[in-house]
Amino acid sequence: MSNLMNWIDERFPATKMWNDHLAKYYTPKNFNFWYFFGSLALMVLVIQIVSGIFLTMHYKPDAAMAFASVEYIMRDVPYGWLIRYIHSTGATAFFVVVYLHMLRGLMYGSYKKPRELIWLFGMFIYLALMAEAFMGYLLPWGQMSYWGAQVIISLFSAIPVIGDDLTLWIRGDFVIGDATLNRFFALHVIALPFVLVFLVIAHILALHEVGSNNPDGVEIKKNKGADGIPLDGIPFHPYYSVKDIVGVVVFLFFFSVVLFYFPDGGGYMLEHANFIASDPLKTPEHIAPVWYFTPFYAILRAVPDKLMGVGAMGGAIVVLFFLPWIDRCKVKSIRYRSTIFKLNLLMFGISFVVLGWLAMQPVTETITFLSRLFSFLYFAYFVILFFTSKNESTKPVPDRVTS
Amino acid sequence: MKTLVILFMAAVMLVPALATASGGAHLYKAPIDINDKESLRRGAQAFGDYCYSCHAASFMRFNRIAKDLEIPEEDVRAMLIHTRNKKGTPAKIGDLMIVSMTDDYAENAFGTAVPDLSLAARARGADWIYTYLRSFYVDEDRPTGFNNVVFPDVGMPHVLWSLQGLQEPVYEAVVHGEVEYDELVELKSIQAGKLSRVEYDMFLGDLTNFMVYMAEPVQVERRSMGWKVLLFLIVFFGFAYALKKEYWKDVH
Repeated sequence: MSNLMNWIDERFPATKMWNDHLAKYYTPKNFNFWYFFGSLALMVLVIQIVSGIFLTMHYKPDAAMAFASVEYIMRDVPYGWLIRYIHSTGATAFFVVVYLHMLRGLMYGSYKKPRELIWLFGMFIYLALMAEAFMGYLLPWGQMSYWGAQVIISLFSAIPVIGDDLTLWIRGDFVIGDATLNRFFALHVIALPFVLVFLVIAHILALHEVGSNNPDGVEIKKNKGADGIPLDGIPFHPYYSVKDIVGVVVFLFFFSVVLFYFPDGGGYMLEHANFIASDPLKTPEHIAPVWYFTPFYAILRAVPDKLMGVGAMGGAIVVLFFLPWIDRCKVKSIRYRSTIFKLNLLMFGISFVVLGWLAMQPVTETITFLSRLFSFLYFAYFVILFFTSKNESTKPVPDRVTS
Repeated sequence: MKTLVILFMAAVMLVPALATASGGAHLYKAPIDINDKESLRRGAQAFGDYCYSCHAASFMRFNRIAKDLEIPEEDVRAMLIHTRNKKGTPAKIGDLMIVSMTDDYAENAFGTAVPDLSLAARARGADWIYTYLRSFYVDEDRPTGFNNVVFPDVGMPHVLWSLQGLQEPVYEAVVHGEVEYDELVELKSIQAGKLSRVEYDMFLGDLTNFMVYMAEPVQVERRSMGWKVLLFLIVFFGFAYALKKEYWKDVH
């Protein structure tokens, strides 16, 4: 056995990689609940790729056949329904996990020096994930697939000068049609998964280069023992591998409850209108994007001018990229930061969720007013953060991690 | 930190309360019991007698119904296969439940294509179907002689009228601010059908139940697999947690 390992190690750094990333990757010992979501996101990615591969074996990316092929999977392919529900529930689970993972970053300052690149790679993962989900949602070719894509693609037409040509180029036709479906399929199953996997590798490599942050925001590498191992560090494997298995089981429990008992998520994951085949001549009464896009859609709707609305919506995502430089406070963790910061983050979280809910409501005066209010509060987070973080009155940060 | 989480939850729950929920036509609650095979079989019979042949269920196969509802294939043939396929032979038991009526013909006859019903219960909801089929009323202005409360100016004729009998609308003047209008408050029976009101509701209950089944034939299997998976995960959690405890004993 060890002879075989030696033979391999002389030709490929198997043991070195195992040690660098698992067995001798020293991780802070004080990770809490919030630190489950990184490994869970990785697992959901694997679930999506594997279930997706099986779906492509039966799905037909053809405007005349797509809708029926999904129902064929649901009814005639053995356990096709299970694979399909795993994939559709997985899309929602991916965003739940990623949003909680990002919130963790906001709370404990995981985006701060020296982890700016981890945050940037993460933001690009989030962007790619949104594109991936959006294109995947067209594939069932139901009414909401069709009209949702129609609304989102038409946003690009708001861009001056090139707008109309750009939308034509994206659709590959004057309306959403077979050409659009085919290219979205190609991007969804090949191009974007490639990009996602590449970015995830970059995200993890950058993390393992600088080491993980923790709920205290203390750099464990500053306190090393005589053996050069951080005093507050424990090897990722076996400690966090066995801990993450517990997280995985709990996650799979909730995942299975949705998968087996609420697979359409009350009409929020598989929308009712999407059980009607797409019809370019009939617009559904009420078009709303899937829940994970709704906060940004609410910001779009809050602005009266289309171009400005698209700008605000894009800005709401772009501003997140700059977070490492907007937040100028040296203290990382929310545990040792000011009350202003805590309230500001609380308000940001509330705005995000409320915006998501607002986008799913039909437009009324009250809804528009509330959308504007909470869009304002969303952006206010970054402005307040920028101005209050420079000279923030923080609590003393301990040298070593607390329990 | 905990206070923040609680504050967050409270605030998030408060906002929907601020905006009022929107209304819509009142829907009756359909008596759905997907495990009641007797009801589903009666529903399948009703579907074959009154719906299928204008409406298709083109994602459904005849023999799937036979298998799931435990009906002998011969009986399913008698119940549902009235038509011939393109070759001129009777449809096979493994075929999809398509119909021979074309969209062009339907548009001539009813002014609109006839929707496929395979997924109707998932698109519209059981309560909508149940209420819709109760809510036809006599309206001489419509080409079919009928109108519908839930689906105004619907193209479909009231195919169940011989069972339900005839109903006419009762209006009441309503003053809403400065606007005064007649609101339809109830439907009154003006001619009895073959079924009593209770019998008709039960008939519709069975039919709706069948349509709910047809929209997702696998749902019984799905739920029964679900609790087994959950049970496994609970047991697995015990082992995973014990393993974690064991390893973490030496972390201080």
